[in-house]
Parts: sequence; structure tokens; C-alpha cells
Amino acid sequence: MSKRTVELALATPGVDAEGHPTRVPLTTGEPDLRDEHMLVNMGPQHPATHGVLRLVVELDGETVLRCIPHIGYLHSGFEKLGEYRHYNQIIPLTDRTDYLSPMANNVGFALAAEKLMGIEITPRCTVLRVIACEMSRIISHMVWLGTTSIDLGAFTPFLWAFQERERIYDLQEMWTGARLTTSVTRVGGLMADIPDRFVEKLREFTQTFPKTLSEIDRVLTRNAVWVGRTQNVGALTAAQAINYSLSGPMLRASGVAYDVRKDKPYLGYETYDFDVPVGEHGDVYDRYLVRLEECHQANRILQQAVDRLPDGPINVDDPRVILPSKTRAMSDMEAMIFHFKQVMEGVKAPVGEAYVGIENPKGELGNYVVSDGTAKPVRWRIRPPSFINLSALPKMAEGHLLSDLIAINASVDIVMGEVDR
Amino acid sequence: MIPGALREAVARDGETIVYVPRERLLDVMTWLKETPGQDFDYLVDVTAVEYRDRERPLEIVYFLRSLKRRADLRVKVELQASEDLWVDSVWGLWRGADWLEREVFDMFGVTFRGHPDLRRILMWETYAEGYPLRKSFPLRGRFSRAEQVRQALNANPEAHYSLEELSIADAAGDLPDEMRDRLRRGERGVIPEPPSSS
Repeated sequence: MSKRTVELALATPGVDAEGHPTRVPLTTGEPDLRDEHMLVNMGPQHPATHGVLRLVVELDGETVLRCIPHIGYLHSGFEKLGEYRHYNQIIPLTDRTDYLSPMANNVGFALAAEKLMGIEITPRCTVLRVIACEMSRIISHMVWLGTTSIDLGAFTPFLWAFQERERIYDLQEMWTGARLTTSVTRVGGLMADIPDRFVEKLREFTQTFPKTLSEIDRVLTRNAVWVGRTQNVGALTAAQAINYSLSGPMLRASGVAYDVRKDKPYLGYETYDFDVPVGEHGDVYDRYLVRLEECHQANRILQQAVDRLPDGPINVDDPRVILPSKTRAMSDMEAMIFHFKQVMEGVKAPVGEAYVGIENPKGELGNYVVSDGTAKPVRWRIRPPSFINLSALPKMAEGHLLSDLIAINASVDIVMGEVDR
Repeated sequence: MIPGALREAVARDGETIVYVPRERLLDVMTWLKETPGQDFDYLVDVTAVEYRDRERPLEIVYFLRSLKRRADLRVKVELQASEDLWVDSVWGLWRGADWLEREVFDMFGVTFRGHPDLRRILMWETYAEGYPLRKSFPLRGRFSRAEQVRQALNANPEAHYSLEELSIADAAGDLPDEMRDRLRRGERGVIPEPPSSS
């Protein structure tokens, strides 16, 4: 065998000074591609970016060297608009931020406004708001599970998840008349009480929902493709997760047991019996496990809430905050004056500021309201959980394959309405 | 009282607010994060508040949390709107401040000194109308609707890549000189007139 034949077959022209064979490219006609980095643009119109997210990715072969997210395509200026709206008029804006869990956003803003005004809501309203929050958690996680599984090639769980979501949407429609833009809360209470048969239907849901969860668990949790695509992908340590200000399932998957419902309870969450799932490795697989278990826990909370739902009024008894009933406003002079003043002037808040963080499906949703004593806030700030979680994406994607970037991006659970606001 | 603080106050939701002069901000934040017994290791949020009263200073608000102690603290820096709006960036202490500070810069025009990548985030990079969340910014924007439409139609996709991104792709060298200069200055391209059909 001639020397030249060996060179071509093994691509080892010889040995270096330390005796190791050195490799050269097999062909010399093509330029060496090792130093050529490619720039790939993904989005804003791409099904796997979950909305109008645009990622500019620097690739070395198939490996992501750097990922630069561009956001703002859905920016609507809600915070600016809120400065020109009464407190109750802001609630419809909150639907449209995280539109996959509208009821929880309504609750978050109402709690902040009530804290600012020093209003104590009624026991029935508290339990109904817990039901609203946990229903939102289930539908949001179902959308996450469905879209993530479809990103990674599993179509069936997507259909199951959306079927369950549809049942919750029917309940939301029964309650508020709207499936997506619910606007269910008002400052000091709720838009409406739950209708007849709502409790019955919700109970039926909580009894049958765990079956779907266990089916999803059976198809995905030990599925070789799913495990291969998600384990050790996009892992963050607990220290990194804290430093990047992650919250919600992203933080807990990295092993930090912080849940606003447990650590800074609101709406009486301390009286419910539920567990907070915590991951170990902080990778995509752990985020999946955490979210799946959170669905079970949300279902548990729903069952307890339905059982303890007290009778009584849903609104506080304060004519300066709550609109009088239509019949009273039409027949009673005093009620009509209150009605007029509320519609024309809005509910006035005292000077001061309040921040309320609630555990939304995506993470900690904060509502920070600053008032100068008028009926419109000086500043309404949403602490957007998916915006902050997304900011860790470049860190998580570094060094992974381009196809893993899809899995990592899906695991963040973003909703662009909230990222861009 | 936290060393370096000007004064303390209590918000309506019961949280403590600490006012810090901007020259001491970084020292105070480092102390809060690293002193045992304080351990504010988690940055919840960074935002700014401008009051309708023009006399009142603009406030930069930092929400801190100690996950170990389960305690919250709010730190505020007051900036006079008449002087230069700048504070030191806390990016070096908490990476989560990256996008949050960019958003405050984008919406209020506050410069964060020491931030590695202070660009607009929600508005596009060539946005010329100012800072949307300032009280002097009208709700419908500064430009007329016609001007906004004209600018949107004239937007050139090439300007949606930063020069840095184009240089990754080695595309910056391939661009015509005129276009490269334009991109460097942050200007948009001009759509050429359609050829006359004569």
C-alpha cells in the first residue's frame, strides 16, 4: 500500500511531534468550514417560536454559539394605556397580556388594587378567585404541554391536552360569557357569581382530569425519544436560576423551592393542602415533570375549593367601590348617585404604592401600582414572568444543537402577549 | 437602617422602601446581596416611576428578595428629571437585570452605566419618537399617524439586523459601502422608486 492511499483513506498524513496522528480534511478543493460561522434567522413567523419571537442564531455547524432574541413585535403599550384608565378599566387589559391564563391575571391586578385601597374581599370571592387561578394554571400548562410535545414530534398528547383545555374553556364561558377575554374580577369582588351547574361541572372535570394526566404521563415520561430530546438539555443550576431571576416552574425545576402560594400566601392558599414539586437537574425534562405535577396539585386545590365554597356575597359592601345593582340604581336616588360617580370618576385610590406577586402558571406575576390619589394609577407595572424567564434563553441555548434550541425555547413557556405587553 | 441609605419608608402593602443616593447605589446593592444576614440574592424586578407632578423626581425601583430569609425589600433611587438620567447597572450582581434595565432604558431613557448591551428592547432600534412611558410622551405617540405609516412602509428589513449580527455572518464586508455606512449610523434604507412604465 502506497503512502498516499493511506492518507486518503484515514486522512492521517502523518504523526505530530507527540506521536498522535494528525487529521486533515479529506479534500483540499473545498474551503475549510471550521471557522465559518453561519447566521440563522428564526422567526418572527415560525411555528416553533410560540408567537412572534425572533431569534438570530450564530451557528458553528449545528451548534449554537450565540442566540440573540429580538422581541417587541407584539408590544401594545398596556402599561402606558393603564395610566389613562380607571382601575376597573385596566382589568380587560390584563386579559390580553398572558392570554393563556387570563383569569389569573385578572386576579393579580385586582389583588394589587385592593391592597392599595385597603379592601378586604369576601370569603366567597376569595374561594372563587382560587378556583379562577387554578383553572388558569391547568389550561396554561395544557397549552404548554401540547405545544412542546408537538415541537418535539409527539402529536397525540397535543390533542389530549387541548381537549382538556376545551373543557375548562367551556367552564370559563359559563361563568363570564367569554372564553379568552374573561375580565372576571372587579376591584373589591367579581364581575359575576358562578352560574348554576358550574360547581357540578367543575367537580366532574376534577374527577376525570387526572385520567388524562396519567395517560400523558404514560406516553411521555418514559418515552425514549422524549427523554432523549429533553434530558440534560438547557440545564441551569439553582444558583444560575436565582441569578437570572427566573420564577415559577423554571425556578423550581432547578431545585429552588420557592412558590409564592406557600412563601407569601395570598387568597388563603396557606389553608389548602397541596405540594410544591421541585426538580433536581433544571433541564427541560425536569421542567416537564414539574409542570405535570403542578397540574395534579392544581386539581387537588380545585377539589378542596369546590368543597369549601361558602355562601354569601361576592362583592364587598362598599358603594364607593362596587356598582349598585341595576334595579337599585334605577329606583334609589342614593344608589344612582354612587353609580354615576363610579362610572364617571372611577374608584379613587389613596396616595401610595403596592406590589402584589401571585404565582401565575408561567411564574411570579407582579402587579405594582402607584397612585397619587386620583382614580387612575400614576404607574402600573406588570412584572412579566415569561419576559424574565426568556431573558435566560441565550445562556441556556449556548453550546446546544439548533434542534435543542427549539426544545429549550419551548420549555421556557413564553406567551408573547406578556413578553411584549 | 441600611448604611448609605437616605431614608426609609413603609409602602401601603407593608414593605420597606429604602431611598439610596445614586452614587452609593452599587455599594448598597453589593452590601445587601453579599452581607450575611441580608442575603438579598434574588432580583424580582427593576422599573421606574415618573409622577404626574413635574416637581417630583423620577424613581428607579428595585425589588429585592432574600430567598433564604423569605424577605422582600424595595430600593429606590431618585433622579431629577432636569439632570442627566443615569444610574449604575446592577447587571454585575444579578444577570436578571439585563433585560429589565434595557426595558427601563427603552421606556424611560435612563442610562444604566456599566450595562454590557444597553439597546432598546421592546421598541425597534431606530425608533425616533422618544421614550414611551415618560409623562411628556403623548398616549398616541409623538408623530402623526401618517408619519408613523410612512416610516413603517419605508422600513428596510436589512436594518432589522444589527451590524454586530451582520459581522458574525461576514455579511458586513459584502454590503455596498453606502449601505454599511447607513447601518452603522442606524438609519433605515430607502425604497427605490418603481421604474416609470414609459
